[in-house]
Amino acid sequence: MRFFEYEAREVVKRAGIPVTDYGFTTDAAEARTIAERIGGPTVIKSQVLTGGRMKAGGVKFADTPEEAEAHARDILALEINGHMPRGVLVDPKAEVEQEYYAGVVWDGTAKRPLMLFSDMGGIDIEQVAEEHPDHVGRGHFSTIEPFSDFQAKQVIAAAGVTGRALQRATPVLARLAQLFLDNDMTLAEINPLAELKDGSFVALDAHMEMENEGMPRQKNLIEALGIGAEEGTREDHTPTAFEEAVKAIDAADHRGVIQGKDTGFNGNIGLVIGAGGGSLTLTDAVRQQGGKPANYSEIGGNPSVAKACGLAKQVLQKDGVEKIAVMMSIVSNTRVDIVARGVIKACLELGRDPGETIAIFRIPGAWEEEGFKILDKYGIEYCDRSVSLWEAAGRAVAKIEGAS
Amino acid sequence: MSILINQDTTFIIQGITGREAVNLTRECLDYGSKIVGGVTPGRKGREVHGVPVFDTVEQVVEHNGGVIPDGSVVTVPPAGTRDAVFEALHAGIKTIVIVTERIPRRDVAMMVELADAKGARIIGPNCLGVIVPGVAKMGGIGGPARNAAVAYQPGAVGVMSRSGGMTTEISSTLTAAGLGVSTAVSIGGDAIIGSTYAELMPYFEADEQTQAIVIYTEPGGRMEAQLAQWVKEHDSRLPIIAFMAGKFMDDEEMQGMSFGHAGTIVEGKEDSATEKIARLEAAGIPVVQRIDEIPDLVKAKLAERSPA
Repeated sequence: MRFFEYEAREVVKRAGIPVTDYGFTTDAAEARTIAERIGGPTVIKSQVLTGGRMKAGGVKFADTPEEAEAHARDILALEINGHMPRGVLVDPKAEVEQEYYAGVVWDGTAKRPLMLFSDMGGIDIEQVAEEHPDHVGRGHFSTIEPFSDFQAKQVIAAAGVTGRALQRATPVLARLAQLFLDNDMTLAEINPLAELKDGSFVALDAHMEMENEGMPRQKNLIEALGIGAEEGTREDHTPTAFEEAVKAIDAADHRGVIQGKDTGFNGNIGLVIGAGGGSLTLTDAVRQQGGKPANYSEIGGNPSVAKACGLAKQVLQKDGVEKIAVMMSIVSNTRVDIVARGVIKACLELGRDPGETIAIFRIPGAWEEEGFKILDKYGIEYCDRSVSLWEAAGRAVAKIEGAS
Repeated sequence: MSILINQDTTFIIQGITGREAVNLTRECLDYGSKIVGGVTPGRKGREVHGVPVFDTVEQVVEHNGGVIPDGSVVTVPPAGTRDAVFEALHAGIKTIVIVTERIPRRDVAMMVELADAKGARIIGPNCLGVIVPGVAKMGGIGGPARNAAVAYQPGAVGVMSRSGGMTTEISSTLTAAGLGVSTAVSIGGDAIIGSTYAELMPYFEADEQTQAIVIYTEPGGRMEAQLAQWVKEHDSRLPIIAFMAGKFMDDEEMQGMSFGHAGTIVEGKEDSATEKIARLEAAGIPVVQRIDEIPDLVKAKLAERSPA
């Protein structure tokens, strides 16, 4: 799950890391009130879940409350990369002495969280790591031993930072490391972390991403941030009608799992495929043999006839889809006969001939004899495990491309 | 021989009274595995296919006259998995297969860290376990015993796969070609897993039965890069052949979308399929386009290595 900057800053603040006295609003007039309260120059920042807002004109500086209101009005109406802003953040323009970067991510190879720190803040850490590796400190930390501040200090010192800045930055990175674990984050970043004229440190921007799997136990935090359940995980793309429909069919019945996606797909071959790895393999195999999938799907577990039927129907009702290919890697949990019944039912309910509509059925494994009997009855071309995933996909492509 | 488990391996099933766990117990018993007890808190005194159920792992050990089982298959829901695995580790169990999916990464990292400290090994999470064809299986891998017998015959090839289902598809292909499988491990599809390809290589290396390795890989993570590095640093006697699924995810219109396993959400270029294929091939690991190309390539590699 992704967070807006104003939410990420709240998370940082709750962890005891100093932030500026900012205000969030969805209303330009209120932006003026906030600017008046702040007194002095402000920065107006668009609150969008996409990068590049500076370039797009989503960040503007204001000397007066009137200017703050005018900028807020413009920014609230400004679409960035297809996103309308949630609101604006009105931030006091800080007297910055030096900008730093502080971040925590997972290192999948080390299987531990990794702290990152740099005295070159305000730019992408990837760029700093590439161009100035000596300015980036790194350090893993334990998930089961208590965290101790010296671990953060070592990372900051490794970036070449010493003196008062080292002392002041240490608790910030230590708290960031702690909040990363406590809140099930996959990314926790403060960039820039600013050292002000008076030597104090303050988070000027923050970026947080929470692991979806952690969301159930982070309910309190999510609620406290005012995020409603209807926002889900704030996936990057808006689900299509097909994706919504498949999700609803899946949710209606607890047996088995079906998933469907068609964002990025616009072909004519309907894919009713599974399971996780099998779906990836089959989608590649169709494309590499010149086929154009209309969608991606995954059948997992042991879905009911209704569920298999629901998925097949949704695929068949997509524009330009005349035929479907029903294929899975060898199954041990999914019942072949149930999937066969489901896809045949889908054809019949849509008034189509299953023998014509199902280009190929390749699901070997549990209950295959029963499944093959049913397929025989409707004159559907099927194959067992002696026909590879590649070959089955190739047959589907030949049939569908040949027909159109 | 085999890796991780053999004909003498004893194990328990944590969460044994769950619907999937009951099936898994049946499958493993039918296949010849030695299940010495099950744990579901509050269900002591029951039996699942003749396996006695206890409230705690400690009770199982006590019931077995103080003998610590070799392994545990953990099937408890995600919110309770970490506690169950900690319980097994504290009891002294050394091989743990975690079947549960959707476990928060922090919990996975904690389990792996404690396992390391205790000298134990975790397989998974989000995996189907380990099978030694004709000998034993630990987990749902291969399904019911009669299905597993069709897809898995004993042989020379070690299989490691991020997809449970594809472990069986690949093993079945090797079996049909007469090569067979020494041990197949479904290593799991998550971003952090207990045992990666490179971490299991030394086990296969030490197993005389294994003559070649086949791996199934996907975009996401750096596990393939780690294997490529391992191969460069070790003079392995085992040829490795890889298959990469999910190449379509490299396309621009697919960026940011998630497909398949949790680990396949692509967050950067270096995780892409193209990059991984290049890395593997640079390390001398051929990446085949089709699974049905694997047997001939394995045979060719074996012929190269043993000029008879």
